[in-house]
Amino acid sequence: MAAADSPFSSTFRQKPWSRAVVHLFLIVGSLVFVFPVLWMLSTSLKPIEQTLTPEPVWIPHPIEIGNYASTIAYIPFLRYALNTVFVCALATIGTTLSSALVAFSFTRLEWPGRNLLFGLTLATMMVPFPVVMVPLYSVYRTLGWIGTLKPLWVPTFFGSAFSIFLLRQFFMRIPKSLPEAMTLDGASEFRIFWQMYLPLSKAPLVVVAFFQLMYSWNDLLGPLLFLTDQSTFTLTLGLQAYQSQEGGTQWHYLMAASVMTTLPIVVLFFIVQRALFQGMSSTQNFEG
Amino acid sequence: MASVTLKDVVKVYEGGVKVVDGFNLEIADREFVVLVGPSGCGKSTTLRMIAGLEELSSGTIRIGDRVVNDVPPKDRDIAMVFQNYALYPHMTVYENMVFALKLRGLGAAAIHEKAMRAAKILGIEGLLDRKPKALSGGQRQRVALGRAIVREPKCFLFDEPLSNLDAKLRVQMRAEIKQLHMSLHATTVYVTHDQEEAMTLGDRVVVMKDGVIQQCDGALEIYHHPKNRFVAGFLGSPPMNFFEGHLLAEGDRLLFDEGTAKIQVPEWARAELAPRAGTAVVMGVRPGAMSDQASARFATADNSLPMRVTLIQPLGDKMDVVLATERHPHTVAHVDAHARIRTGETLPVYIDTERVHFFAPGAVGERIATKRR
Repeated sequence: MAAADSPFSSTFRQKPWSRAVVHLFLIVGSLVFVFPVLWMLSTSLKPIEQTLTPEPVWIPHPIEIGNYASTIAYIPFLRYALNTVFVCALATIGTTLSSALVAFSFTRLEWPGRNLLFGLTLATMMVPFPVVMVPLYSVYRTLGWIGTLKPLWVPTFFGSAFSIFLLRQFFMRIPKSLPEAMTLDGASEFRIFWQMYLPLSKAPLVVVAFFQLMYSWNDLLGPLLFLTDQSTFTLTLGLQAYQSQEGGTQWHYLMAASVMTTLPIVVLFFIVQRALFQGMSSTQNFEG
Repeated sequence: MASVTLKDVVKVYEGGVKVVDGFNLEIADREFVVLVGPSGCGKSTTLRMIAGLEELSSGTIRIGDRVVNDVPPKDRDIAMVFQNYALYPHMTVYENMVFALKLRGLGAAAIHEKAMRAAKILGIEGLLDRKPKALSGGQRQRVALGRAIVREPKCFLFDEPLSNLDAKLRVQMRAEIKQLHMSLHATTVYVTHDQEEAMTLGDRVVVMKDGVIQQCDGALEIYHHPKNRFVAGFLGSPPMNFFEGHLLAEGDRLLFDEGTAKIQVPEWARAELAPRAGTAVVMGVRPGAMSDQASARFATADNSLPMRVTLIQPLGDKMDVVLATERHPHTVAHVDAHARIRTGETLPVYIDTERVHFFAPGAVGERIATKRR
């Protein structure tokens, strides 16, 4: 990174000792954050006797790689994983598609009450989930969805306020002449959406998709409320249930399962990192 | 190819702003018409109404024999070139050019042939696989032209297509657009705020102000016989100088009193101006119709004003001299370059009264007299 881009450029660059101070803070900070992760990793590789000792054991001896295989056999991990992937895939597709479509309508199409409805959409962001928890439950019960995965993915096909907002802000930066040129070329509004707005908005779409994926993957409250049957449990709920179901929790298995639950998201983050930052800083230029 | 006819076209925006007011214009088949005027004069809105990107508040637009008020843009058989080119950034040059053809369901062979022909005309065969981002401004402009050409429309619409180019390229592309028009013979409506572009390109030039047509004629006709002071001041560079003064009848002589000196009203203008003796009029003089030389062919004893030199701008063979009188502090004379005059000195400046214009007072004062040539 060039010195000018560094957040510390102006104040800290001057003094030679400042770099050391900054690094010290950063290292201490990252240790605080990485500590639980390391503990999780360590515990997942321990024999059961070493999981809860008065003197903490950091390096397991012997290292029990086999914990992972045992975990998969011990709890219905694959079942949970499959449920989670199913929910995440549909929710991600649902949120991305529907939010983009709504954002397009808020940006490009003119219809009466558009701005009012956009304001209302934003207002729903201010309503915390616990407030709508009970009404939602009764709605889903009426629909007969309690105990199924539907409450976790069907609503995503109706857009999410934050995603709509994010995409609309991005869409507004596309010069009007681009869709106009396409109109003159004979494209319908839907084609303009599909062949221009979506391909030009890859970066913010990645942001929206990734946030939804992360949310669905990590969501505990939703599954806790709406799922009743073990066979429909997602990973988070499964792990939670597993932890409390016995007096002596099998910490080493639980941590192995936790590692396997966390890992995909972390890996995915590194894969999409570039697009993610590009989407959030949104410095794309459409001239040309 | 087709004519384009606008009849009583009005555009009122929400909030009651009238941007186009009673616009009447008949554009003949194959004609090149330029709409020109300062920003906000309604020229772009008019073009966008022809394209179908804006709805009319009232009036009718015909393309050929068909009223197109309610015809969607794609069915109007027009092509438009935008100021920022509006190339699709995620498509290659080739894809940009054939997009409309694909939507029309043309066969692949026909599409390819049309695209290659257009690419050849514009000399962009080597760029077809590039994305717009990898093109220079001039190349992008060519691609935008290519995208318009491949559709073989009845009418081309240009919305300030050269404004984003640098000065040199602008002159070059201007010539190319003119040549393109001459070879394609397509009806063309071209919007610009640049009076030079308007003069050089248009078979006819439409000068607009505040949504109203001020004058619609050939470029030279507008230049030599502007209908009002606004038109006179808009076309020509440097712009026409305006002297606000009074008409004085002294015996059998009719004089224009500038305030510091008097100039004899020329014989050709007497009939129109004599009835206005005693009233205020505006005399318009192009910078080229003034001279600091007593040897100028039009220099006489009673057509000069004493003026102070405030600035000299050398241009090579010629120079622009900024001059001031008490009442008119900014007047420009476009004269042969020489080194004899100095900033600050006051000298007699001769006015070619054969080439002056007289207008009624006010910013858009109507023409009172101009000499036919």
